[in-house]
Amino acid sequence: MNNRILHIATNTFREAVRDRVLYNLIAFALLMSAAAVLVGQISIQIEKLVVINLGLTAVSLFGIVIAIFIGIGLVSKEIDKRTLYTVLSRPVRRWEFIAGKFFGLAGTLVVNTIFMGIGVFAALAYVSHHFESSDFGILVALYFIILQFVVITALALLFSSFSTPIFAAIFAFWLFVIGNFAQDLRTFAAMAHGTTRVLATAAAYLVPNFSALNVISQVAHGEPVPHRLILLNTAYVLVYSAAVLSGAVMIFERRNLK
Amino acid sequence: MIRSRKVTVVASTVLVCSMVSAALLLHKVDQEPPAATLQQMLYISSPKLLKRLSLGYEGLLADIYWTRTVQYFGGTHRRGGGTYKLLWPLLNITTQLDPHLIPAYEFGGTFLLAKPPEGAGDPAKAIELVQYGTQMNPTDWHLFYDLAFIYYDLKDYRHAAQAFLRGSQLPHTHLFLKVMAAQMAQHGDDLETARMMWSETYETTHDKMIKANAAAHLRVIQVDEDVSALEKLVQTYRERTGHFPKTFSEMVSSGFLRGIPLDPLRHPYRLEPGGKVVVTNPDALPFLDKGLPSDYVPSPVPKLTPEN
Repeated sequence: MNNRILHIATNTFREAVRDRVLYNLIAFALLMSAAAVLVGQISIQIEKLVVINLGLTAVSLFGIVIAIFIGIGLVSKEIDKRTLYTVLSRPVRRWEFIAGKFFGLAGTLVVNTIFMGIGVFAALAYVSHHFESSDFGILVALYFIILQFVVITALALLFSSFSTPIFAAIFAFWLFVIGNFAQDLRTFAAMAHGTTRVLATAAAYLVPNFSALNVISQVAHGEPVPHRLILLNTAYVLVYSAAVLSGAVMIFERRNLK
Repeated sequence: MIRSRKVTVVASTVLVCSMVSAALLLHKVDQEPPAATLQQMLYISSPKLLKRLSLGYEGLLADIYWTRTVQYFGGTHRRGGGTYKLLWPLLNITTQLDPHLIPAYEFGGTFLLAKPPEGAGDPAKAIELVQYGTQMNPTDWHLFYDLAFIYYDLKDYRHAAQAFLRGSQLPHTHLFLKVMAAQMAQHGDDLETARMMWSETYETTHDKMIKANAAAHLRVIQVDEDVSALEKLVQTYRERTGHFPKTFSEMVSSGFLRGIPLDPLRHPYRLEPGGKVVVTNPDALPFLDKGLPSDYVPSPVPKLTPEN
């Protein structure tokens, strides 16, 4: 990563921290503590399961909300505050600006996820008093959640590069919802015929596949995640995000900023 | 400055008063009868739709539905039982959302099987639920054990033996299942078989409710044996003396007994005219069949709690 991208990324991270994004950790800590203490009293034999399911779902949803709501403002905010002109008047290229913003927000989300992950393990230790080897599958689920954030950040940035923040948020959120139905879309495409089949297949491959990145239930039951899936998902997210970022760069390069 | 302070004071007062009033009103609303009717409703009853709406977070949704099931069962149980009409839909949604949620099958089967007011009294649904569990978790012997237990409770010893046998063939299974398969096939209806099953359950479970249930059944088995033995002794007394004893003290003084016989909860047994041996505190012994006083009217409120 070149120095200019690194500088923009660091500033994006600082800005997110200054915007009190990491305050969500307090809400998360309260949620986990309440779950760890209360669930045993209101349910039967699912304390550990709830801590894992609730913890990982919260990590995922909090992160997605942050990725969308900060991601959509990454470009428009700089334009509104006219700071973008100062940045671009220096020897910084537009694609470097987009890449820096992407890495900055992705970095913020990784740090956020690490802290939340520690919280999940702390709540788990409180509930079950010891760790089993299968509990380390949670790390894989957290890794997949980070991969989700990478895709969402790239999408938010893409929409932010040409749309208003509200529309960018709507587009990003809907793609997240549709991405969770990617598997169903593929099944539908397989059952359809003619043009519908072609269109459905194209749509199924165009939307991000979030369903494959969700292994929360699996790891909550201590089931192992195949190594091959980890490799394939990593490669998929890298390639997909690169494609989305390229789109964002192309649009931003042509955008009239006057 | 003074004006601003005035506004702050008024706003704080309004805030506190409004919050307190809201809490009081909510408390009143909770006491209104429609609240109970609302609890009997499921806004979305399709597990498929719920799975779609969960956006991939169906694990957490299943946990929420399982907690709701437990709360619903516990609440209905506390209010004295009833139809438990939401029990099956809630269990169905829970297990469809997370087919690997083993406690939902284990406890759900018991909730559905137990006769009212202790449970829903729906053995067909109990079997359906646990059978679905065995299909979704074919390597978990506990579910075959639970299925066998349901069949045993229904006195369907052939299916109980089959379920024990299937469970005994799984990897990491308990040796007890093989023994039980044989025992069930041979002597499904004798007390020793029942004692073996409930003792094993009592020893192996870590759950308070299951332990209480097993302990209650073990006590009933003990009462069953005691009553049979005591009634035989009363019969012998009658043959020797020509009349039934009126109390156990009579039998003690004539040397038939060393002391007044006590039930497993240390309450004395009692004699009814005609030589019938009964317990003195039937409400403390749920599931009791033999040894109930002739004038006993079952309590409408469930008797089994983790404490007894």
